[in-house]
Amino acid sequence: MIWILDISLLLFLVICAVAAITIKDLLSAVVILSAYSLIMAIVWVEMQAVDVAFTEAAVGAGVTTVLFIAALARTDGRSED
Amino acid sequence: MTGIMDIVYAEYNYWIYVALMMIGFYAMIAKKNLVKKVIGANIFQTAIFLFYISLSDITGGTAPIIVHGDHAAEVIYTNPVPHVLILTAIVVAVSTTAVALALIIRIYDEYGSLDEDVILAARRNLQPEFSEYARQKEVDT
Repeated sequence: MIWILDISLLLFLVICAVAAITIKDLLSAVVILSAYSLIMAIVWVEMQAVDVAFTEAAVGAGVTTVLFIAALARTDGRSED
Repeated sequence: MTGIMDIVYAEYNYWIYVALMMIGFYAMIAKKNLVKKVIGANIFQTAIFLFYISLSDITGGTAPIIVHGDHAAEVIYTNPVPHVLILTAIVVAVSTTAVALALIIRIYDEYGSLDEDVILAARRNLQPEFSEYARQKEVDT
């Protein structure tokens, strides 16, 4: 484990999480959540959990984003908070 | 004093996991938009996955794939049991997200909004007998 890479990835995770819940446009929030999941997959490869990493990259970043975008296409994409 | 700083540095994964969990929890409680609540629930779940995977990690360990050969006895593996638990939990997380989004689509069809306050106000207008005002009046009389 390279600690400087690990800490920068984890800090980027926190930044992505804060951005995903503060941004007003819901489609942007979903895309940021997808980036968050991909960073999480990289953190898991670094922690030697490769099976969890590719499940997260396929299911967490892929399928979840598709589900969110499909739901947003049927509703409105703006949020008041 | 060095003891505290040692804990802060050595266990930084756990501090990040607590921070992510609280960000998700805040979004689930304080945000009015229903999609934002689901995003908060996702962040909360991922924080718990981070906690479990941090538990299973061993310094100097390799991925839990069996090694053959001369050095097979010296290899240290990370603990694979939390990995398997989290593999199941990821699939459950996607299923709960899918159900939540299906409910959100249905709510939007019914009320035309995803804002919690608007939905609650519409519900009070649709069913005045359940409104706070009517209940109070019933208590008074």
